[in-house]
Parts: sequence; C-alpha cells; structure tokens
Amino acid sequence: MILIKCPYCGERDQSEFSNGGEAHVIRPKNPESLSDKDWGEYVFYRNNPKGIFYERWVHSHGCKKWFNAVRNTSTDQILKVYKVNEKRPDLSDFENTLKSPSGEPLVGSGNFAVKK
Amino acid sequence: MKKKYSIASILKNSFSDNENWGKMWRNPNPKKHYDVIIVGGGGHGLGTAYYLAKHHGIKNIAVIEKGWLGSGNTGRNTTIIRSNYLWDESAYLYDHAVKLWENLSEDLNYNMMFSQRGVLNLAHNEHDIKEIKRRVSANRLNGLDTMWLDKNEVKDLVPIMNTDNLRYPVLGAAYQPRGGVARHDAVAWGYAMRADELGVDIIQNCEVKGIKTDNYKVEGVETTKGFIKSSKIGVVASGHTSVLAATAGVRLPLQSRPLQALVSEPIKPVINTVVMSNAVHAYVSQSDKGELVIGAGTDGYNSFTQRGGYDVIEETVRAIVELYPIFGKMKMLRQWGGIVDICPDASPIISKCDVEGLYFNCGWGTGGFKATPGSANVFAHTIAKDEPHKINAPFALSRFSDGRLIDEHGAAAVAH
Repeated sequence: MILIKCPYCGERDQSEFSNGGEAHVIRPKNPESLSDKDWGEYVFYRNNPKGIFYERWVHSHGCKKWFNAVRNTSTDQILKVYKVNEKRPDLSDFENTLKSPSGEPLVGSGNFAVKK
Repeated sequence: MKKKYSIASILKNSFSDNENWGKMWRNPNPKKHYDVIIVGGGGHGLGTAYYLAKHHGIKNIAVIEKGWLGSGNTGRNTTIIRSNYLWDESAYLYDHAVKLWENLSEDLNYNMMFSQRGVLNLAHNEHDIKEIKRRVSANRLNGLDTMWLDKNEVKDLVPIMNTDNLRYPVLGAAYQPRGGVARHDAVAWGYAMRADELGVDIIQNCEVKGIKTDNYKVEGVETTKGFIKSSKIGVVASGHTSVLAATAGVRLPLQSRPLQALVSEPIKPVINTVVMSNAVHAYVSQSDKGELVIGAGTDGYNSFTQRGGYDVIEETVRAIVELYPIFGKMKMLRQWGGIVDICPDASPIISKCDVEGLYFNCGWGTGGFKATPGSANVFAHTIAKDEPHKINAPFALSRFSDGRLIDEHGAAAVAH
C-alpha cells in the first residue's frame, strides 16, 4: 500500500488516487508533417522504466486535482510530488537503487527468486 | 538420455524410495557463442527453444533465466486456458495454443495435468449480455466451441453460485467446454526437460544485463556470467521486456503492472469449472489439491514490485464472497504478484523489430499462460525463418503505426 502526498490535501491512501501514466508527454507541435510512425509513437509508446519514473496522478476521491510525481517503480517509493505548473525535477536529483537494468533492489521488490 | 515416464518407471523407482529419478536437465556453463539465445526461462521461452530444436533443426541454443525456471509469471498465474477471443487473429492464435495443449502431455511425455473442465464468463448486466453474445457468435464463426448459457444453466453447472441476491446479479454466461486449467510448473519443466534432451543449454541464475547491438544488428548479450555472442536473440521476459529492449535502443508500447492472485486453504471439491467475471473483477477455480485459486485485477499504476496493493485483493475477495457466499469464512493461504506487460490493445507482440536478429514475444499482459505452447510454436518459426508464421503476422510491432490494432480489452479484461 502506498501513501501519496497530494500537494493540495496532504498524505492519503493510494486508493483515493488514479494514475494518469507518464508525465511530460507533449503533443506534437507539427501534426501535419508527422509520419504514421511518429504518430504511433506519440499515441501508443510510453516510457516503462524499472527505476525512476515521472508520472501523473489525480486525486479522484479528494480534491480531483492533477499533479505529478517521481516514483521508483522497482520499490514503489515516491521520491517527489510536484504541481503540474512546477518545473520537472532533474533525473540526477534522484538516486537509482538498481545495479543493473533488470536487477532487484534490496528493499521493496517481492521478487525473491533473484534477490540475493 | 531420454527420460520416459510410464507406469513401469514409476514402479521401478518406487523400489528405491524414488531417490534415483535423476536430474531432469543439465546445468551447463554458458558457451561463448550460440546460434540463438532466448532471454527468459518461463514457459514461452523454454517452449520456443524446444520448438526451435525440434521443428527447425537448430541445436546450438541457450535459454538464459535470471532466477529459476518458471519463477516469473509462468509460476504466478491462475493457469486458466481458453481461446474465446473476439477477433479472428486472436481466435487463431489462442486456439492454436489450445490445440497444442490438448496433445502436450503426450508430445512431451510429461503430465501437464491439463483438465478441460470448461470456462464460464459471467454477464451481470444488459451490456455484458450483448457483448458476450457478440463474442460467442464471433467465436462460433471461427469454429470455437463457445456457447451462451442462461442463468439456470449457469446455476446447474455451479450450484454454489449466488445468482440473484447480489448487487450485480448473474444473468447468463459464455461457456467454452474445451477451456480449463493445467499445471503451470509442469509446462516449464516439461519443455525444459525435452529441450535439454535436444541439446539446448538452460542457464539459470544468470541475469541478462544488456543486449549488445552494432549498427542495428545484434551481437550478443551481456550477462552476470560474461558476454555471450549470438546473431539471433529472442526476448521473452514478460514484465521486464521493455527494460531489456531499452538496452538495445528499442522502444516497445508496453506498460508493466503487478497482477495478483491468491489461494485459499484446501477444501473438498465444490467447483468443477472455471468461473470468470470481468464486471466484478474476479475469477476462481479449484486446484486438484482443493485450494481455490483466485485471480485479482492489476494495480492502477506501473510497478516492478512483485506484490501489488491490498485494495485490489479486497475488491476481488469482496466480489468472490458475494458470488459464492459459502466461501465467506474461508482462510486465504498465500497471495503474490507478477509483473505483466500490457499492450495498448491488450494483444501480444510476437515480432521482429528494427534491429536485425532481435525478436520480441511480449505484451501478453494479464493472460499469457493459456497461449504458452502456441506462442512458443509461432515465435520459434519467426526466429528460425526470420519472418512471422501466418498466425502471428498480425501481431507485429508495425500495428502501432499502421493502426491495425487487435483490440481484445473485452476478452482479456482483468481476467485471464
């Protein structure tokens, strides 16, 4: 169970929120010159990192406001919560806990098959 | 050494207290070079290696697994098998798998405990009825054995079900008698044993850290046991596929999420079929040991923690208890999660990509187990011939730019 600190209401249970997928995805500014492949990329492709992930949340059972968060998807630890109009924090502000791309972190993962 | 299992071998081994069965597969050190490397030692990956060796004459193959065989989603699913998908492409793919399942125990001489006990998909409202009847009709046109059952027929099949006195009453169901369950470990072990006999190296506890490419051509994989060269690499790593693809500079339209399941304490037989409900997010069957095997939905956010949130389980258990009031006081023994890779159209990707020699079999999302033999079979063809089999041709990556999506959200939903 994750606790999420809504920037407007404070800390609440994750079940009060809905996830909006990757944050900072910008609609192409030149739609007429885009190829099918580029459109496909914009519509269907989203980052899916194991580790630091920028994502959107909406406090659906609360203030109903959207905001952004930085979460480590390998531990579910929320590293930063910020409002939509605030600047995207730099990736170098956060420490990635993973030793290899598919490895397991020391805490947070339930994958006991490969946890040393 | 070919291992044959028979009544004679069981009798013979019983005289030595079953101490002398021997190892089912070797545990080799990786060679420097393989013709084909399969990344991921689950059912799909081991099956791919088996069919590559058996049907396509490729012998120098390695399967690389970061944990033990079947430690990922192969050992974490609820083992439901069916093929009642809406679109023609999916019906051919999933029924190809069901047909292989039907002979898999004989083919591998290993008991899959494949039990065709039937699968019910419940309808709880007017819209469900329309959607499910449409799917039943589509299935029948594709030669599948799906049928519509009304409420009384459902009640006859599953007498313990509460069909009337609940928030979303049961109004009918789709029923596929050829559907059922199988033993998930046996799939991984059976394929592993027979692939090993054909000379495939199964390398466990060895993590692939990256895929090395040069000028859009694969060169090999970097692993915890060193660099291994190969000109053909098949990635079948479910939830971690997009992470591995990224090391080769390939982007895939996948999102990884935890999907949970739980089992109860064992009880006497009470339910002899598989019952799924998309609307109330729950599916249940009873294992041969007597445990109820209950599947939940996916969490609402991307995550690689193989646990999942309790609120998802709560929702599922609430639906189960309402549908089957007699389960109300049962204790649950175990709960776990697996990381599933979900495609935007809820259909898999079995495809080549822009990098020469790199193949992906992924995006199975919440329902890959049922397809294991079929998926492995056509993926082996794709790797060996460097072109897709006609069954998996529609499941190419290109569908995300040419728009030929195979939208199976209705058939896949939460359930699998």
